[in-house]
Amino acid sequence: MSMTLTEKILAKASHKNRVEPGENVWLDVDVLMTHDVCGPPTIGIWKREFGNNAKIWDKNKLVIFPDHYIFTKNPQANRNVELLREFASEYNIPNYYDVGTDRYKGVCHIALAEEGYDIPGTVLFGTDSHTCTSGAFGMFSTGVGNTDAAFIMGTGKIWEKIPQSLKFTFEGKLPPYLTAKDLILKVLGEITTDGGTYCALEFDGEAVYDLSMDERMTLTNMAIEGGAMNGIIAADEVTEAYVKQRTNKPYEIYLSDKDAKYKAKYVFDTRKLEPSVAKPHSPDNYDTAKNVSGTKLTKAYVGSCTGGKLSDFVSAAKILMGNKVSVPTFIVPASTFVAQQLEEESISGISLKQIFENAGCTVAQSSCAACLGGPMDTIGRAVDNEVVISTTNRNFPGRMGSKKSSVYLASPLTVAASAINGVITDPRDFL
Amino acid sequence: MEKTIKGKAFVLGNNVDTDQIIPAEHLVYSLTDSEEKKKYGHFAFSGVPSPQSGLPNGNVAFINGENYASEFNIIIGGANFGCGSSREHAPFALEIAGVKAIIAESYARIFFRNSVDGGFLLPYETPSKLSDKIKTGDELELHVDTNLLKDLTSGENFSLRPLGDILPIIEAGDIFKYARQSGMLE
Ligand code: SF4
Repeated sequence: MSMTLTEKILAKASHKNRVEPGENVWLDVDVLMTHDVCGPPTIGIWKREFGNNAKIWDKNKLVIFPDHYIFTKNPQANRNVELLREFASEYNIPNYYDVGTDRYKGVCHIALAEEGYDIPGTVLFGTDSHTCTSGAFGMFSTGVGNTDAAFIMGTGKIWEKIPQSLKFTFEGKLPPYLTAKDLILKVLGEITTDGGTYCALEFDGEAVYDLSMDERMTLTNMAIEGGAMNGIIAADEVTEAYVKQRTNKPYEIYLSDKDAKYKAKYVFDTRKLEPSVAKPHSPDNYDTAKNVSGTKLTKAYVGSCTGGKLSDFVSAAKILMGNKVSVPTFIVPASTFVAQQLEEESISGISLKQIFENAGCTVAQSSCAACLGGPMDTIGRAVDNEVVISTTNRNFPGRMGSKKSSVYLASPLTVAASAINGVITDPRDFL
Repeated sequence: MEKTIKGKAFVLGNNVDTDQIIPAEHLVYSLTDSEEKKKYGHFAFSGVPSPQSGLPNGNVAFINGENYASEFNIIIGGANFGCGSSREHAPFALEIAGVKAIIAESYARIFFRNSVDGGFLLPYETPSKLSDKIKTGDELELHVDTNLLKDLTSGENFSLRPLGDILPIIEAGDIFKYARQSGMLE
């Protein structure tokens, strides 16, 4: 019987020969990830439920990244990090990446990939809705709440409903004025924010397999914006090369069967797509950059797990090189590794960081920063009636701070072009 | 589990995401300290834009003044309730504010799971749109055994979708109690 790759991975993790969409199964979890917002309450529930002698099912499989509320004076936010620190030292957690030390990594989903926790064929749960990002590695990954995470922490197991799959095929090559962000905004425009509820979004096609791992993660990251359980791209040589550089853990490559059943299939001619935006206040409020060009902006933002990877900054730098921004523009590398690459990678001999600084951008430290608004002193936070263009993944009311602000989501190319003009701009004007 | 839930309706539209239920800046309070956790109740639904807060007219405060509990304890939602961030603080905040049940056209997966596995509130689905039939402030009665919602103010009755295969977890109380009852956990 034929299965999709999501079904194959979940069948293996539930010790079954095959699984059917809609069926509830108990899964063995390979990695549990948590962070400073949801880690402390998860630990609290785990202690409450398993008592003073609570045991972590497998310490090596628990990974903790403080990343959300890091560079703030907010005392309660700092207390959360302090709670993680105490927990990590009390239980001797090997995979804790403390802020203020050289182990600090930045945004969890990107750090999971960089540190070799994203392994094809495995099952990863995290206390963050964008845990679906890891699916770029041909694995099953999804977000859960604190109670489910506490359950996993104590047992290594969790129930899940086998999702139906939706398939998105991008035929043809990606033109230089498009990035993965344009593709996923197009998908969201088609299926809307609940079109993928309880489903797996599977991406394939020439344009997808031509993408770097950075760019593939942009696609799977925003699967949750369609309400999906997970996003997934079958692993190939690009995936294998990335994984092998970072870990020697074994991996397994699963492919969807040719006659596997999908709830729906979408096929796009990639060359016909245009630079995309999601207008306020929803990621599915699709339009082309051209249609909304001229919209006045007060701020531009390049960052987050969606739009703060090296590939995003290379795209932004291509356009910002030799230009000046006309609205405050924030460059927030997702991880400390990306931050380091901004200094090492260059275009025509000028480092990416220098290109941004020359253009008048503010380069911030790695963390989630204003992607989710955060405490009042968060860098880049939207205030009052601001109109922001951002490479992040959500523009729900108030997501980046003020609920009166308006946020347009776009690719790093579009954000960079718009930052220069101070109004939304089609990046083709600069390429 | 309560078999009959009585209370006043608070009506919201589609796509109420978890940032609207509890804005990210408030995720820092303790969830265990009995005083501090009341803040979650106080800020529940504080991210909902005023025109959409308490339909059909909007501009209804879910929480009055300095309170942490709401006069409304049954939420009527549209499609895709609880989308967005995975924060379990969202159903938690609603529970602190006194919400017993939500009746929506559909839910985002993580919010739905959190509500059930954490035992915070009942997430009922309605086969038809109720947000234009029930008004904020209507007196409601929810009968869990028969999946029936009565609007005492308008006199209308609505059948809800049965809770289905999550019912055992709801009846047990939460996922831990369920796992203990079924022998998975000691
Ligand atoms: S960068 Fe934004 S979307 Fe990504 S984990 Fe942080 S807050 Fe969530």
